[in-house]
Amino acid sequence: MLDVDRIRADFPILSREVRPGIPLIYLDSAATSQKPTVVIQSMDEFYRRQNANIHRGLHTLAEEATAAYEEARARVAAFIGSPDARQVIFTRNTTEAINLVAQTWGRANLKAGDVIILTEMEHHSNLVPWQMLAAEKSLRLEFIPINMDGRLDLEEYLRLLDLKPKLVAFTHMSNVLGTITPAKEIISQAHRAGAIALVDGAQAVPHFPVNVQELEADFLAFSAHKMCGPTGIGALYGRRDLLESMPPFLGGGDMIKRVYLRNFTPNEVPHKFEAGTPAIAEAVGFGAAVDYLSAVGMEAIAEHEQMVTSYAMERLEEIPSLHLLGPTSADHKGGVVSFSLEDIHPHDVAQILDSSGIAIRAGHHCAMPLHEKYGLPASSRASFYLYNRVDEVDRLVEGIYKVKRMFGA
Amino acid sequence: MDDFYREVIIDRYKNPLHRGVLEPHDITFEDENPLCGDHIRIDLTLDEQGRVSKAVFNGHGCAISQASADLLLDTVVGKTVDEIKALQKQDVLDLLGIELGPVRLKCALLPLKVLKAGVYGLGEADDSLVEG
Repeated sequence: MLDVDRIRADFPILSREVRPGIPLIYLDSAATSQKPTVVIQSMDEFYRRQNANIHRGLHTLAEEATAAYEEARARVAAFIGSPDARQVIFTRNTTEAINLVAQTWGRANLKAGDVIILTEMEHHSNLVPWQMLAAEKSLRLEFIPINMDGRLDLEEYLRLLDLKPKLVAFTHMSNVLGTITPAKEIISQAHRAGAIALVDGAQAVPHFPVNVQELEADFLAFSAHKMCGPTGIGALYGRRDLLESMPPFLGGGDMIKRVYLRNFTPNEVPHKFEAGTPAIAEAVGFGAAVDYLSAVGMEAIAEHEQMVTSYAMERLEEIPSLHLLGPTSADHKGGVVSFSLEDIHPHDVAQILDSSGIAIRAGHHCAMPLHEKYGLPASSRASFYLYNRVDEVDRLVEGIYKVKRMFGA
Repeated sequence: MDDFYREVIIDRYKNPLHRGVLEPHDITFEDENPLCGDHIRIDLTLDEQGRVSKAVFNGHGCAISQASADLLLDTVVGKTVDEIKALQKQDVLDLLGIELGPVRLKCALLPLKVLKAGVYGLGEADDSLVEG
């Protein structure tokens, strides 16, 4: 059991009031998580003591900054069970990590008619990069359908594998439905069919243990800001041989070994993929964030979220005319509950909840095709993290009743 | 903040006065706000003097967008096309009587955007129609 009150004390923002007398109830961690003091301090400390550009400098600060940046890489790599820190590339976020794979591995290895398998529950970040590449290279995109209970149709997936795809790219946890996908199974079947597998871990890595070696993932993309770290930095894990053989991504400083007027030789992995001055202080913050999460314990975090989510589903189901999207039980489901409230637009729901200090998300959550599937223009989403208490769910339920009263529903 | 949903807004959302479709019509236009799925279509008929004789809207979306359409059409009948072209963002905000953040402002201004794109005979509604 997590000592949630002690955890909450680590997050300064959670003690603020949204308006005088109205405390913040933050239920939007699937969009971005809040940051503990240790993360904020680590970046503050970096700027106060060590700030310098990395990798080329010979002075003390440059050496310390380089060490801090590379140490952060090692911590992030260890957090996801990467066998080698060099297999973790720092990117801006999950989106950039996926674009990196599309633009380097994809462009170098895919040709007209090749098949990529995605799913119907992808975030736009694991959809649009492939649409762009497909348009450029005349690739064929196929989609694993979702059942009405919000889970992937794995029988259909097996049939799609007969198309001999080159890549299967899928989310480990839906940001709308909360569905946790059977990643290990999807990956091993992809491999059996001769495809490589990319896992969008944006929602998974922050919320439960994810180990790339256990999953046998070829690529894993995730963002620091959803896991107690800063914005502006994310990571791409890649299989060693794939990273070695991929062409560089962006061109510029740090990604080169040697530059001539008319050509260059690329640097080694991971630097080959990190052109220009990276987000150094943010990397340090990312390292502090994974340390913080490890100290709390990812198993304990997952268990806590499951408890809060089960309670939320139970309470929300009591509300007449409220319809929950996705899996009907909290098994294999992360800390996300999306719902529609008959005839009341999610924007109205979110706005009225905000008047009670409750922060939820309203919209399509960057998953327009998924909403189309459910016949909804948008939905309301509450999402939980290690610092959420069950009594915040009670406030949410009271808030929804207030919405219903105002709309006379 | 609860003032946000003034009674008139909820009332017009639930019991609009100008909901409908005009066939035939002289002017029609529709557009949506893809971020939230608000959708508005406005149909107008004009009399011999070129003044609006009938104005109705159709669509779906949040209370702000739908109430804004209904309140806006209160003011449209009898106006000339030029008078409609002169309508501004502030006119809509005065009708709604509330302060709006940047996201909800888009909901509130969608009906005016649709109306103006229609009277200008444009192929596409542009945000510049409701700026200033």
